[in-house]
Amino acid sequence: MIKSIEKQRNIIDFTLSSLWRRKGKNLALLVVYTLVVFSLGSVMFFTQALKNEAAIILRGAPEIIVQKLVAGRHELIPMASAQTIRAIRGVEAVKDRLWGYYYDPIGRANYTLMVPEGMDLKENEIIVGAGISRVRQVFRGNALLLRTYDGRPISLFIKGILSPESELLSSDLILISATGFRRLFGVSGDDATDLTVTVLNKKEISTIAAKIVDKLPDARAITRDEILRTYDAVFDWRAGIMIAILAGAVLAFLIFAWDKAAGLSGEERREIGILKAIGWETADILQMKFWEGTIVSLSSFFLGVILAYFHIFYASATLFEPVLKGWSILYPEFRLTPFISGYQIAILFFFTVIPYTVATIIPAWRAATIDPDVIMRT
Amino acid sequence: MRKSDGFLLFIGGGILLLAAIFIQAHFVTRANLPLFQQKAEVVKSLGLTDLCLSTEARYTRHLSQSDWHAAFQSHPLALDHFPIGSIIGPPETLTKPHDQIH
Repeated sequence: MIKSIEKQRNIIDFTLSSLWRRKGKNLALLVVYTLVVFSLGSVMFFTQALKNEAAIILRGAPEIIVQKLVAGRHELIPMASAQTIRAIRGVEAVKDRLWGYYYDPIGRANYTLMVPEGMDLKENEIIVGAGISRVRQVFRGNALLLRTYDGRPISLFIKGILSPESELLSSDLILISATGFRRLFGVSGDDATDLTVTVLNKKEISTIAAKIVDKLPDARAITRDEILRTYDAVFDWRAGIMIAILAGAVLAFLIFAWDKAAGLSGEERREIGILKAIGWETADILQMKFWEGTIVSLSSFFLGVILAYFHIFYASATLFEPVLKGWSILYPEFRLTPFISGYQIAILFFFTVIPYTVATIIPAWRAATIDPDVIMRT
Repeated sequence: MRKSDGFLLFIGGGILLLAAIFIQAHFVTRANLPLFQQKAEVVKSLGLTDLCLSTEARYTRHLSQSDWHAAFQSHPLALDHFPIGSIIGPPETLTKPHDQIH
């Protein structure tokens, strides 16, 4: 047993010296490989953390949201529709929601205005999200100047700033009274943006949603389950950046594997020939190549995973920020909670370490089984 | 020190660091639970439906409330105008049919 361990250590010593002889090529390989693991790991950590966070905090979202559609676009819904919905058996409560968007030419940002339920706000009072406070440099007690739908300026006094901890939810929010909202956007008292429905038996949510659409054919019903599944689906591996980065990583591995499988370099083949000529067995050479693959891939794996972790959870996913930010002026500042699991690390390991290690062994096995005399003469 | 010892130390250090990450992540997640509770309360009291990830367009601000098949918006194959569209996929509501086919 000790002899066998000692043998493996000798092989590792030799492999490391051999790798160091071609240090330029191998260091470049290590950097590229680490970057592949880093990008895959970053996307994996980022999407998983967002998915988990959304799943936990959006559990409190309305059970059913009913929105009117006109020509495929979301329109204001008449309050009278609430009566139609209330008449459906199993419906506990129907409430109207008033919310909308406001483009602020001064801050050049889009805000979400919302009328909160059960919050005592006067007509000219608002509560703003931390992002708006940052972008417009307005604080508690200041006034925010907005323009009504007919171009008249109105001054709204900031009663408070929403907690920065909830920026991922409320960065661009302006909470305003119902009267203030209607005055700003010219929405009549008979209309609401949409309706929220609470159901008595939670198992019947989808049935009630179907009944609502049946009674109001020009409306759509979005259930809480669909909201939660949306966040699960948009950050799925099939979606956007995940597939782009996965494709990049797979292509990178294809190049690695092709490079390795296409055969060893003349120098490497000569090395194998000499080793066989001085008495190394085919099994020893395979072990050496196995260690070569393991050293490169494990080192890159550890470096890549650790760097990805710090990038996402401690550097606020800086490299993804330009994509997430896009054209937004108002961008929430948030730090994600590190939801990581052994499953994620295992997937990353099998996607990165195993293919490379296998790819290094096959051509070495082909070279190691040829007569050393033939190898050294070629 | 032998080269193999250096390598084994490096791998051992990597495993230890990975384990430390797991332990740290576990404790940070546990410590953040009250914060999640607080955020869930905000969602419930304000009746929110979406995370504020990007404010560049209304369908990226409210992913779950986007329009159905509006031009340049929301459709899986529609030409997307905004960079965020390269990150996020189509919302769940798009994958179900509009009406029941009788």
